[in-house]
Amino acid sequence: MIDRRLLTNIDWVLAGLVVAVCLLGILNIYSATTPYKIIGTAYYIKQFYWMLVGMVVSLMVCSLDYHILEDLSYWFYGFLLFLLIAVLVVGKRSMGATRWLNLGIMNIQPSELMKIVIIVTFARFFNSFQAAGGLTVKEVLIPFSLLAFPAALIMKQPDLGTATLVILIALSMILYVGLRWSTIMTFVSVTIPMAWVGWSFLLRPYQKNRVLDFLDPERSRLGSGYHIIQSKIAVGSGGFTGKGFVKGTQSQLRFLPEQHTDFAFSVFAEEWGFLGCLLLIIIYLSLVLWGLNIARRCNDRFGSLLAVGVTAMLFWHIVINMGMVIGLFPVVGVPLPFFSYGGTSMITSMVGIGLLQNISMRRFMF
Amino acid sequence: MKERRVVRELLESKQRIMSLSFVVGIVFLVLLVRLWHLQILSADDYHAMSENNRLRFVPVAASRGAILDRAGTVLVSNRPSFSLAVIPQEVKDKEALLTQLSTLLGLDRTEMAERWEKNKGRAKYYPIVLASNITRDHVEIVEENRLRLPGVEIEMKPVREYSSKQLAAHLLGYIGEISEKELDVTGFEEYNPGDYIGKNGIERALEKELHGGDGGRQLEVDARGRVLRTISESSPTVGNSVVLTIDAAIQKQAERAFGDQAGAAVAMDVSTGEILAFVSNPGFDPALFSGKMPADVWKTYLDDKRHPLENKALSGQYPPGSTFKIVTALAALQDNRINESTSFNCSGSYDLGTSTFKCWNKRGHGATNLRKSLRESCDVFYYNLGEKLGVDKIAAAAQAFKLGTPLGVELLNERSGLIPTSEWKLKRFGKRWFHGETLSVAIGQGAVLLTPIQLASMIATVANEGTIYRPHVVKRIVDADGKTLRESKNEIIGTAVFPKESYRLVKQGLLAVVNEPGGTGAMARLPDIKVAGKTGTSQVVKLRDSKYGTPYQYRDHALFVAFAPFEKPEIAVAVVIEHGEHGGAAAAPIAGRILRAYFDGKKPVRKDAAGSAGSDESNDDNDGTSGANSVKEPRNNGDAAHD
Repeated sequence: MIDRRLLTNIDWVLAGLVVAVCLLGILNIYSATTPYKIIGTAYYIKQFYWMLVGMVVSLMVCSLDYHILEDLSYWFYGFLLFLLIAVLVVGKRSMGATRWLNLGIMNIQPSELMKIVIIVTFARFFNSFQAAGGLTVKEVLIPFSLLAFPAALIMKQPDLGTATLVILIALSMILYVGLRWSTIMTFVSVTIPMAWVGWSFLLRPYQKNRVLDFLDPERSRLGSGYHIIQSKIAVGSGGFTGKGFVKGTQSQLRFLPEQHTDFAFSVFAEEWGFLGCLLLIIIYLSLVLWGLNIARRCNDRFGSLLAVGVTAMLFWHIVINMGMVIGLFPVVGVPLPFFSYGGTSMITSMVGIGLLQNISMRRFMF
Repeated sequence: MKERRVVRELLESKQRIMSLSFVVGIVFLVLLVRLWHLQILSADDYHAMSENNRLRFVPVAASRGAILDRAGTVLVSNRPSFSLAVIPQEVKDKEALLTQLSTLLGLDRTEMAERWEKNKGRAKYYPIVLASNITRDHVEIVEENRLRLPGVEIEMKPVREYSSKQLAAHLLGYIGEISEKELDVTGFEEYNPGDYIGKNGIERALEKELHGGDGGRQLEVDARGRVLRTISESSPTVGNSVVLTIDAAIQKQAERAFGDQAGAAVAMDVSTGEILAFVSNPGFDPALFSGKMPADVWKTYLDDKRHPLENKALSGQYPPGSTFKIVTALAALQDNRINESTSFNCSGSYDLGTSTFKCWNKRGHGATNLRKSLRESCDVFYYNLGEKLGVDKIAAAAQAFKLGTPLGVELLNERSGLIPTSEWKLKRFGKRWFHGETLSVAIGQGAVLLTPIQLASMIATVANEGTIYRPHVVKRIVDADGKTLRESKNEIIGTAVFPKESYRLVKQGLLAVVNEPGGTGAMARLPDIKVAGKTGTSQVVKLRDSKYGTPYQYRDHALFVAFAPFEKPEIAVAVVIEHGEHGGAAAAPIAGRILRAYFDGKKPVRKDAAGSAGSDESNDDNDGTSGANSVKEPRNNGDAAHD
């Protein structure tokens, strides 16, 4: 299936960085789940399987020339919108939100797929749209509406984390394409009143609470600020060298919520200290910069846009998750790519890596 | 113009990548600075906080919904149960504490020490239960001495209470800690290890309704384990209650009628499919399963060859024996093989090829028509029908009654029974069907198997002349305030289409079984109500040693199916007595007593019914093991014996 010449062009830097994070993640999940009573297969083993599945998916994605995505992009977009509507109508409820669609053999989370599809859609749109000197207000209207539909549907589920990410990915791509100053000014003057409306009418009470907790964790130290405080105690008490593997008191005594998924980094920070965090952050930084490098080296605009989009997706996941764990951002359910436990996140991120590989490998083909 | 914009665009975008990289670098630097701040500058503060972290999450299990009978009598509810627990990390001197506890409360010190030892491997903040089910006095003593007992806690959890002891134990089921296997089952994702879940019966089948939503409390405690304050609390939501179609009064009478005989009985409303009584005997004490089961009790349950833990009414499959003649007769009438007056001679046996098939009555019944064949349960008559019809026509009639498939009662593990066909045999054994086997099927032997629920459904369908209702045990679901959330519908799942005249003839025969001289079902007769029924005695093994008496496990099963009143049927009953030997002698009287209980309950207030009135005074709201009802029993037995 894969062209032989392509294999010799595999981007080993990219692959190596991803595998490094995955392995650190599995190690960390092992520690984070020791206090759990494990039923069936252990989480770290499952995560290892997810990594393998993810790699296969990644290989499949890079085996097809990414240019075919350009033709399919709007179809994907339409189909995903349909799925998002379907979720709201017949979706599976779990923990107060409807995010899953039961397909009989498996459950899928269309909002997760939307992250990839918005990248492809935007890449397609801007590829056929030359905008030197920056986009004008008028030119930005179509991509904004392309973004608005899925974002609104995901908000409705409600899944604030994913909606935020989809929006941030799209905005990053727009920023990459470039905006005129006049556009930015208009945007700002429209956003501020809209933000006010959103705050007053759209955000759900628990979401507002999370934002307020972030602005002032002391405000509800006893309520929803608990997560942030516990997480900060975990990270801070790790100190310079950490408490040691499987020795974190915060994590082993389960003071941390969702400590193998969204708060996995907090366990890591407690047990490996500042040095461990430094290592992980350097790996992530290299990964993001390498993604941008792939975008820079790519000689066709579609590929370049795609690479920027995927990199933005990884970047925002990393920043929002880490920011949340160390108390810089509100608690939003965003996993740390390749590091948090979970198949959905692993697959989405690996699809992204597959795209990056795809673009990186084919840069010599033109 | 456009060309120029393309080139410019390309250059611009390369530049922009560089500035994006720069921004990314800055953002990561911010993360690092923040980590520096937390992990290096404030490390000591946070380290101290982590040392003093004594926030604890205590899950609060939801109160499980109740189970009630159709009249609203509570069958299963909850009562609080207290247990004594310690949190190891807050105990300074373990030995001293144990001594203190045993002197204060008079509890066995070694037993508590053992329990403590057993749980050593767990997290130190996790409470270890030292004694469960302690009394309220104990609770008070502990509360009074709180300060002297650091780390000691009283845990309260609701425990299932079975108001009527063993009544309908198989139907109600019991609860227990969720197993690893159950945690993997989809639909139970929200459960945690240690949660309680319905294990079988209604408790399992309606788990989703009964369970309710669990809550929890985030507590801050001091170094001694005293709760300083509740940080956040989500209160559990009480589960919904289930109102059954069962009538506790009938159920009680039915169970009492069984005595210590093993078997099952199902009583069903003929025109709705509602199950009024659901007996599997012997029963068990469901309360024992919810708590710690004493090993010796467990062993007696397992060793009992009457299999008390088996739900015989739902999962027991029995050869229906002569009760199946109803189906054979309808098949023959429909196929025009016989009419009301067709008569066969019974000499006590029937020859087919080289083999001889015996009638249960060795002396023979002489000339026998349909009515007599049912009344006296002549086998030879049905051998004749079997040979004429062939197995597949009999099977078709049985399938018209939906026999051989589960009927869709709410409980899990309903069995399908078995209606053999020639095709079935070819598929299952790769052999063609022998003619002789048809003769066995015609009298409900051979491979034919039915569950007690199917037997009840069959006779109910005969009674109402063709409408098959889904047998069901749930009447409605109500919330904690008693408001009805959902009402079960009476669902017709099929129609057994036979000419009205055929039904009339068969029902006449069934009336004769109970009410005419020579009828095999005389012991089900009631003085005031016309009962129609059919006996069955089904062979368990072919060889029998009659000289020394047959060992229990080889004795025949005794069956009886009945409906009443004959003119306008309301209730249908099926009774199976395992190894009860004779349907007429063992099963019919029990069916009679179930019917009696039903019609007694129907009579409004029996002010005028003199004498026996006092005995029936509503025992619905107390536990029913009172002796009051027993007054009635001898009378029923007397009825039966006198025939």
